[in-house]
Amino acid sequence: MVGIVIVSHSQKLAEGVMELAQMTAANVPIAAAGGLENGALGTSYDKIKNAVESIYTADGVIVLADIGSAVMTAEMVLEDMERDNVKLIDCPLIEGAVVAAIESIGGRTLNEIIEKLETV
Amino acid sequence: MIDAKKIIEIVDAAAKKIDAEKDFLTQLDNEIGDGDHGINLSRGFKSVEEKLATFADKDIGAILKGVGTALVSTVGGASGPLYGTAFMKAGNVCKGKFTLTDEEIATAFNAAVEGVKMRGKSAEGEKTMLDSLCPAYRAFQGGVDGGKNLVQALEDAVNAAAQGVEYTKTIIATKGRAAYLQERSLGHQDPGATSSLYILQAALDVLKKG
Ligand SMILES: Nc1ncnc2c1ncn2[C@@H]1O[C@H](COP(=O)(O)OP(=O)(O)O)[C@@H](O)[C@H]1O
Ligand SMILES: [Mg+2]
Repeated sequence: MVGIVIVSHSQKLAEGVMELAQMTAANVPIAAAGGLENGALGTSYDKIKNAVESIYTADGVIVLADIGSAVMTAEMVLEDMERDNVKLIDCPLIEGAVVAAIESIGGRTLNEIIEKLETV
Repeated sequence: MIDAKKIIEIVDAAAKKIDAEKDFLTQLDNEIGDGDHGINLSRGFKSVEEKLATFADKDIGAILKGVGTALVSTVGGASGPLYGTAFMKAGNVCKGKFTLTDEEIATAFNAAVEGVKMRGKSAEGEKTMLDSLCPAYRAFQGGVDGGKNLVQALEDAVNAAAQGVEYTKTIIATKGRAAYLQERSLGHQDPGATSSLYILQAALDVLKKG
């Protein structure tokens, strides 16, 4: 199954989006990377990296981010990982997460899910 | 001409300058952002300072890359990936070098500025750090090409950056958090443009001491 990582400035928001996605796709591999190590608002390179690694499989991982530094930091994590089956997708965060989770549970491939997300 | 030891001194001076100006940078970000730029950067540069000792025998490329990595990992705001990319890209063009000619410094400066543009998907005139970095780079390159010495060229760069900071007061933000404020961002100077000026000033202060 394709994994999903939610990157947000806020730990609460990242976890909330994860919860929503799991509501319709309970067993989807999903991880939240929200806020800084100390819980403050912001984005943490290490949290994003660890989140991706925690659910990574050969099926790939889709990364969704909220705004500004979350997007830029996620980009840097992905560049350093050099894995072409880990993709940052630009789409509305909550709807994107819900759609990606349902599609992943449905057994879609990484590219099929990305195509779907482009219409979200 | 500059050597690795001087680069470390400059990084150290930049860290101290950012820490000294932390409250002012945060206040600027309070006006048009989320009030954390000084906090973010001083946290980042503190972690850079903690790594400084491990840079002692490294080449300039490795030092700059180390600075960039530390900033990306610890800043937490947009300025983290932006300055992080800037230092890493500059490091890329200084790989294996223990000294840089003035031309090579200009090349590294250019790589840093291009890195910010790439990472931020941004350009000059959007009320960001690029409004001090871009004119500063042009002034520096112009100085080097025109046969000025390093201190003179950097002095020109600092003056251009300072003018760039003033210019940010006159424009509306179209990138970064301040862009959400639209015309309400007018009249305020950009925090990132200001911190870029401080970093360049720190470099100039070190080089002036000889
Ligand atoms: N896309 C961008 N391109 C260039 N610089 C940017 C961009 N977004 C933000 N900045 C710079 O970052 C500064 C804000 O940094 P900081 O407060 O640390 O980040 P955040 O906005 O995430 O809180 C701004 O003042 C601006 O100079
Ligand atoms: Mg801020």
